[in-house]
Amino acid sequence: MLRILMNALRTGVVTTHYPAEPRVPPDRFRGAPVLRPGSHLPPRAVCPAGAISERFDEDGRHVALDLARCVFCGRCAEDPWAGAITMGRDFELAARSRADLRTEVMADDPAPRLGSGQAVDAAGSPPDRLAGAARASSEIHRVLGRSLHLRHLDAGSCNACDWELTALLNPVYDVRRLGIDFVASPRHADGVVVTGPVTRNLETAVRRTIEAVPDPRVVIAVGACAASGGIVGEGYASAGGVDRVLPVDVYIPGCPPRPEAIIFGILVAIGRLDARRTRR
Amino acid sequence: MAEHALIDALRAAAGGPVDSAAGPRPSDLTVRLARRGDLPGAVAVLVGSHAMALATVVATDETVTPDGDLKVRYIFESTAPGAPDRFVTLLVSVDAARPEVPSLTTLVPAANWHEREMQDLFGIVPVGHPDPRPLVVHDGWPQGVFPLRKAFDGSRRVPVEPADEFPHLVAEGEGVFEIPVGPIHAGIIEPGHFRFTSVGETVLNLDARLFYTHRGLEKRMEGLSPLDAFYVAERICGVCSVAHGLGYCEALEQIAGVHAPPRARLIRSIALELERLYNHVGDVGNVCAGASFHYGTATGMRLKERLQQMNERLAGNRFLRGLIVPGGVGLDLSGDLLEALAATLQDTLGGLDGLMGRIEANPSVVDRLDDTGILKHQAALDLAVAGVAARASGVNRDARRDHPHGAFAGPLSPGLRVVTASEGDAMARVKVRALEARESIRLVAEFVRLLEPGPLQVALAEPLPGGRIGISAIESPRGEAVHWLRTDAAGRVDRYHLRSPSYHNWPAVALAAETAIVPDFPLVNKSFELCYSCTDR
Repeated sequence: MLRILMNALRTGVVTTHYPAEPRVPPDRFRGAPVLRPGSHLPPRAVCPAGAISERFDEDGRHVALDLARCVFCGRCAEDPWAGAITMGRDFELAARSRADLRTEVMADDPAPRLGSGQAVDAAGSPPDRLAGAARASSEIHRVLGRSLHLRHLDAGSCNACDWELTALLNPVYDVRRLGIDFVASPRHADGVVVTGPVTRNLETAVRRTIEAVPDPRVVIAVGACAASGGIVGEGYASAGGVDRVLPVDVYIPGCPPRPEAIIFGILVAIGRLDARRTRR
Repeated sequence: MAEHALIDALRAAAGGPVDSAAGPRPSDLTVRLARRGDLPGAVAVLVGSHAMALATVVATDETVTPDGDLKVRYIFESTAPGAPDRFVTLLVSVDAARPEVPSLTTLVPAANWHEREMQDLFGIVPVGHPDPRPLVVHDGWPQGVFPLRKAFDGSRRVPVEPADEFPHLVAEGEGVFEIPVGPIHAGIIEPGHFRFTSVGETVLNLDARLFYTHRGLEKRMEGLSPLDAFYVAERICGVCSVAHGLGYCEALEQIAGVHAPPRARLIRSIALELERLYNHVGDVGNVCAGASFHYGTATGMRLKERLQQMNERLAGNRFLRGLIVPGGVGLDLSGDLLEALAATLQDTLGGLDGLMGRIEANPSVVDRLDDTGILKHQAALDLAVAGVAARASGVNRDARRDHPHGAFAGPLSPGLRVVTASEGDAMARVKVRALEARESIRLVAEFVRLLEPGPLQVALAEPLPGGRIGISAIESPRGEAVHWLRTDAAGRVDRYHLRSPSYHNWPAVALAAETAIVPDFPLVNKSFELCYSCTDR
């Protein structure tokens, strides 16, 4: 016992101060890809997750990036497209709608059109859904103040997002200091964090668990698979994202999102931080 | 010489014609049995007098090729330490109109899930299987629809049909009750359903139902360029990202006929050991959670976090995704990064030794771990159990030595100290993990020392050669994972199959749990620490 106390004292405090203090990820970290307008942008086939799409009109070629689908592999930023796309360091990417995660640039147009709100090829979020999500968030904020208890729901993840959710409880991130905790029963929860694309074999369990959470509730899709189907996509065994099954309030891109990116998304969900696009 | 003896023995056991040829790799052997009925006799030769174990089973749909059939490959490997790196494939052709093969499960218990999976995904019926319940497809899957058949369009969802309740395997009798657990669990863990039947606290039977996270990834990869499919393989499992990425790459590089350069091999092996290390260190901490030793849990989490932060500095991703690429590695490791790595590993070594010291000095933890969840040596052999679970039950197998990969293949191999124990209980698995973590730290230092300047990648030209097979076996943190990849005539992915270590180990968890009481199940489960996602795919 004495040794345990000695060790604990010797180790000291390891907890971060994020988000009160910003965190800069390491040099090699691959955050949101940045598309340079008017450059030699890659064809859609370069992306193994289908995050890059293109369309042609009288103005020319438009290339769009869907951060919800992106698996942050960095392939689109490799030669011969290096420079046209660079992997940025931004990891605070959570957004309230799929449309906000879409960036479109034109091959020879200097101004990127951010979150233009155009119809996205996946589910997206119609305006009334967005308003509903904002209402749920403000209602939760009103009822619960700054605290949020979440239920984790694995909807067929590869376990990477799950491990990062577990990491939120480790001594370094310790989200309990922010009033956030994970609970065992959906009945005790104010919302769910969902990982995975919703597999066929889990769809019923996913619906029942989310519906077991009392209203008002928030649904947070963590990682590319939950947000859009990611590398799995839609298929005989996968719904292709949580919003194909039930409405989602906040999307957290990443493959997997790093723990601080998840903290950011949870705080966006409860209205304590602004989502990505409105922040700028 | 040994090969001739083996072929002769197979000829003697089979009533019909037997063709043999080298392959997929030059050191391997593929034996085609003309009659399906000869299969049990041939398998008895391999697992009997030749002491081989089932490595994997791969079914393929070749109805659109001139052969016009389905094929099943039963792939075996030697179990003796120091045996040559060789896979023996028994190949049988299956009539698509009457897709049946004799079941091998009563002869080779490890074949159980392979045969049920083949029945679900290909419609190939293992005749005489003792437990032919559906495995991969769950309630409401339409009759007669087989997703891995080529004629099936895997890109669309399939409607759920009304279904009866799944027939769980339970014990019955006076005072016996059932405890259903899952698929959604109380903690942040992967989904599976465990149906215990128990009398009081004593577990009589555990029926584990998995495949909730079946995402159809093998079908998803079919038809893709093998270079694109890599990103799927790397994401089959989060905490085995390096191992599965590497296994896929090694199989692909065999098909392409290229070898990753020496520096890339060393960096790949560094990555593989770092993956093992953060897993093993985290697992020792998790076992403490199962024994309610919270200091240990917090220490394990802190050490694991430090390693994952190091991973992010090295690879830009906390699970080391992006480091390994087909043909070599995508990033170099040098200078400051290697110094930071050495310091991190030094701290990890001290932290892990301290943690193990606290665990072994704490009678309340030791009491929970000792004699809990015993996996017997023979059961580990019968089920072809892999990795830590096998070695803690005295099975001396490690794919780094038995099927050399990464830096272990080639002249720079530093030699591996395989750790084993004989008790087969939760304590043995924890101790083996801790010693293996130490070995990983030693190996990383060795690999770093061996690094010489040189290229990081060889180019893989598209299209890749058509109609070729690659096979690889990687020692992932959980044990040997076997990858089987074949390209079609256009050089795209025709079929990819991963047999993860967890696939063979899950049935062992159920066996070990039956030696424990219900409240100890989390501890037993954590001591095996298996993946759901790479089992379910």
